[in-house]
Amino acid sequence: MNVFQFILQNRSEVLELTLEHLWLVGVSTLLAMLVGIPLGIAIAHRPRLNKPVLASANIIQTIPSLALFGFLLPVPWLGERADRLAILALILYALLPMIRNTYMGIRGVDPAVVEAGRGMGLTDRQLLFQVELPLALSVILSGVRVAVVISVGLATIAAAIGAGGLGEFIFRGLAMVDNRVILAGAIPAAVLALLADLSVGWLERRLRPR
Amino acid sequence: MPPTAPEGPVIEFHDVSYRVASTDVLCGLNLRVQRGETLVLLGRSGSGKTTTLKLVNRLLSPTAGEVRVNGVPNRDADVIRLRRSIGYVIQDVGLFPHFTVERNIGLVPTIGGWPEERIRARVQELLQMVGLGPQMSTRYPHQLSGGQRQRVGVARALAADPAVLLMDEPFGALDPITRDELQREFLSLQQRLHKTVVFVTHDLREALLLGSRIALMEAGRLVTVLAPPDFLRSTDPWASAYVKAFADGLQSVADRGTS
Repeated sequence: MNVFQFILQNRSEVLELTLEHLWLVGVSTLLAMLVGIPLGIAIAHRPRLNKPVLASANIIQTIPSLALFGFLLPVPWLGERADRLAILALILYALLPMIRNTYMGIRGVDPAVVEAGRGMGLTDRQLLFQVELPLALSVILSGVRVAVVISVGLATIAAAIGAGGLGEFIFRGLAMVDNRVILAGAIPAAVLALLADLSVGWLERRLRPR
Repeated sequence: MPPTAPEGPVIEFHDVSYRVASTDVLCGLNLRVQRGETLVLLGRSGSGKTTTLKLVNRLLSPTAGEVRVNGVPNRDADVIRLRRSIGYVIQDVGLFPHFTVERNIGLVPTIGGWPEERIRARVQELLQMVGLGPQMSTRYPHQLSGGQRQRVGVARALAADPAVLLMDEPFGALDPITRDELQREFLSLQQRLHKTVVFVTHDLREALLLGSRIALMEAGRLVTVLAPPDFLRSTDPWASAYVKAFADGLQSVADRGTS
């Protein structure tokens, strides 16, 4: 029995774990966008904040993922449910590309355009929503894209703390020393990462100004 | 527009200084701009011309002294309303690259809540005014030439019919022929519209051509304010240095032609 026969035979479990995986990645990405993009905007407008914020996000990025899951385990409300914990860890990892790209995207807007807008009497809000964000959008989305692809990979490790997802197969396969089982998790995860990359890339091109 | 005596100065600088990190960018400036005149701020780079301009629409705030627009001290004014009542044109134009020409020109009326029909009509009127065809309205800035972009920039500044126009070397980045063309059109436009214009340039020729008066600046100070004919006759050392450099330039071209 080869890998594909194995996947086919266990398709309901593969599907279930894939959906779990998608849920972990989707929820964490959305929440990371809600935190990371506003933070990126804030540090683009307040240069004094950019070093500490980017440095913190960078440091989080350097913590090995398995260790981070471990660190978060004793946290009261979080530790109760493995998926909560996994989502928080995935959010933390997704923050850096989101914050950094939002910051770079907004700082990259032609200063003459911003000055003209300000001189014409746009409020800070109007300047942000009508000029800065639309012009920074493709850079911001490429940050989201990187974050999603990283998350799909990282989420496989969430199975180590019992959060489910395609990592289940990978860890099970490791324990059973059965490559087919490992691949039954790894192949769908790779496909997910590719699809996520393609779809955010497509969105990025669709929304690009001009 | 707030009701003000039409004969009063539109823009006044009272002992205005502007310091950045203990450097005087502008020092004790006193200047009045009269209604309907084109006041040219002439000076070298770093002389404080652009700073002076940005103090008018409060992109900068003076560290000392007071700027008044229509008799109202700038620091008491609602900055957004102030800026919307003043047209602003810069050398780099700063058109919004993701907006069509129509949206660029119509932005201030749009955020001012004009009805759509009126905005569209106004955009067409402005395009014609700055010498662009109606088909331009659907173009994007990157599809325009430098001269066309600057025309759109002028149209955008005029959109809400402001009484005051601030222009920061608007024609500085254009080739000489296009610049000539736009200078001439600016003159004829100004003869019809009678805006109060503050125009920044380092080009004496442009200053002489466009200015009702020329305010010469050097190292953050106002040297003198003169009408163009008086400027040419001035004995002020800075003014005559400008005139001399200009005349020398012409002379050396002539010499080259004969030798």
